[in-house]
Amino acid sequence: MTHYLDFEKPLAEIEGKAEELRALARDNEGMDVASEAAALDAKAQAMLKDLYGKLTPWRKCQVARHPERPHCKDYIEALFTEYMPLAGDRNFADDHAVMGGTARFNDMPVVVIGHEKGNDTQSRLDRNFGMARPEGYRKAVRLMEMADKFGLPVITLIDTPGAYPGKGAEERGQSEAIARSTEKCLQIGVPLVSVVIGEGGSGGAVAFATANRVAMLEHSVYSVISPEGCASILWKDSDKMREAAEALRLTAQDLIKLGVADRVIPEPLGGAHRDRAVVIANVGKAIAGMLEEMDGHKAKDLIRARRQKFLSMGSKGLAA
Amino acid sequence: MNWITNYVRPRINSIFSRREVPENLWSKCDSCGTMLFHREISDNLNVCSECGHHMHITPRDRFLALFDGGVFSEIDVPEPLTDPLQFRDQKKYPERMKAAQKGTGEKEAMLVAAGEIGRTPVVCAAQDFSFMGGSMGMYVGNAIVKAAEEAVRLGRPLILFSAAGGARMQEGILSLMQMPRSTVAIQMLKEKNLPYIVVLTHPTTGGVTASYAMLGDIQIAEPNALICFAGPRVIEQTIREKLPEGFQRAEYLLDHGMLDRVTDRRKLREELIVICRQLMKMPPPTWGDLPAPGPDEAKMPQTKPAK
Ligand SMILES: [Zn+2]
Repeated sequence: MTHYLDFEKPLAEIEGKAEELRALARDNEGMDVASEAAALDAKAQAMLKDLYGKLTPWRKCQVARHPERPHCKDYIEALFTEYMPLAGDRNFADDHAVMGGTARFNDMPVVVIGHEKGNDTQSRLDRNFGMARPEGYRKAVRLMEMADKFGLPVITLIDTPGAYPGKGAEERGQSEAIARSTEKCLQIGVPLVSVVIGEGGSGGAVAFATANRVAMLEHSVYSVISPEGCASILWKDSDKMREAAEALRLTAQDLIKLGVADRVIPEPLGGAHRDRAVVIANVGKAIAGMLEEMDGHKAKDLIRARRQKFLSMGSKGLAA
Repeated sequence: MNWITNYVRPRINSIFSRREVPENLWSKCDSCGTMLFHREISDNLNVCSECGHHMHITPRDRFLALFDGGVFSEIDVPEPLTDPLQFRDQKKYPERMKAAQKGTGEKEAMLVAAGEIGRTPVVCAAQDFSFMGGSMGMYVGNAIVKAAEEAVRLGRPLILFSAAGGARMQEGILSLMQMPRSTVAIQMLKEKNLPYIVVLTHPTTGGVTASYAMLGDIQIAEPNALICFAGPRVIEQTIREKLPEGFQRAEYLLDHGMLDRVTDRRKLREELIVICRQLMKMPPPTWGDLPAPGPDEAKMPQTKPAK
């Protein structure tokens, strides 16, 4: 059962009709629907091309948040071998909104860290919808330190609406935990590559994405604030999220122009959720490519280059 | 006001400018409601003499009271691109900027200066909440980078007074990028073993708290300052319950181990002098009214960082 976004309604109708026809044919032997169904398929395909060829920034946000979009866990399972989940911040708890551990990527030992949103009610609650608490960032700091010690590249997968705005999270130092995680990203002498696979929500994303290379999926977003939040503050009306999404320049395409993202990873037509195998393979290729770019670089050069990248960021505006 | 050039304004100017204020001007304390004479408020660093409530103070007024004899040299901050995203909400971003500049007489939301406090050479940066909520954009990032570079060049501690509603939304992702950017600046100081002291003032929230404002060697806050990542309203909406009294206030953070000290603004100068001199391994300060240092204090002998 596909989940359709509001702007995909006409598409849902056509694909629904094609599905109905095929179901009818299965129940009535001898009924030939092949050509009719194929015509509907072609129509749906054309519509997808049309819709996804010119997604507005707000629609990109919707696609980035699509409930069936592959999440961190899916990428880890498909792209890494020997994944060894490592838990806990050694201080208070293990935050299930953040996955992390050692693994092999193309046989090379690495550390992988990412936000996981969950894919059904149970797992979404368990993962807190991908909104990390201080323990999540502190676990990441611990894993990055270990990676640095043993010379393992770090790969981070970004997909969070933002850090969790909760009472306990604040009491236990949400701000400090995020600040230390960003600081750690800047200190490690191993390659650090990030992929924004869905939502790059504000400080919660920066804490993992202060990397040598940042790739973004074609329909992912990365922003200082959610369009709804921005709309309610600047427009005093949270229904103005379309305008806010437009103004914030949060799409992968704009972030390339601003020099914040280094590469855009193509998604299958209709978004990552329509063909998981394809998008996962594309992400794998991008990670391999980014790691290759840093092959043989010395620790101090990696640190210096990472710092320089962030120091000079934004100096050219949209013309970067 | 001319904010383009580096300049030194002796304290005497501020006394004159205070006199320009009509003598009959009274203000009400936002906290206890007591009517206070303007002169009394400014002499008290904008702290209510009745209840101790800390009212807003501009970076310039803060520096005038902080530096010896009110003398400091303002450090030029490299200009970022104006309106890098061509951001437009109900107003255009450059129009909002102009209104903020007119309203505050300042160029942007952070002031950087070098000078001496208790004969201790320091670099200070202060964020201006009255300028677009003190929000952190490219300029504030540039100011922090510049302040850190100057502190490193001169071998001095950096004292940073934070105050911000968070990131400057009109600069979108580039405001967010000031979190790692300012963190790089702080690392420059740490590598040279130069003290980085943060004074968190009301309010310090969002991405500012989650970057340079929480990375100090010493973390001091002014009494009752709101210090948080997510604001109390957002949290109440998320968890659907009332938050306890004093939640996310300076004293609450102190209780939860997030701060070193909560210090009254009127005692702050003394504390900063003591801490800076200890961390820089300088002899104890001489207290009392010291004459202002010479006009070109930047040429005075510099202290070396502790090893
Ligand atoms: Zn009062």
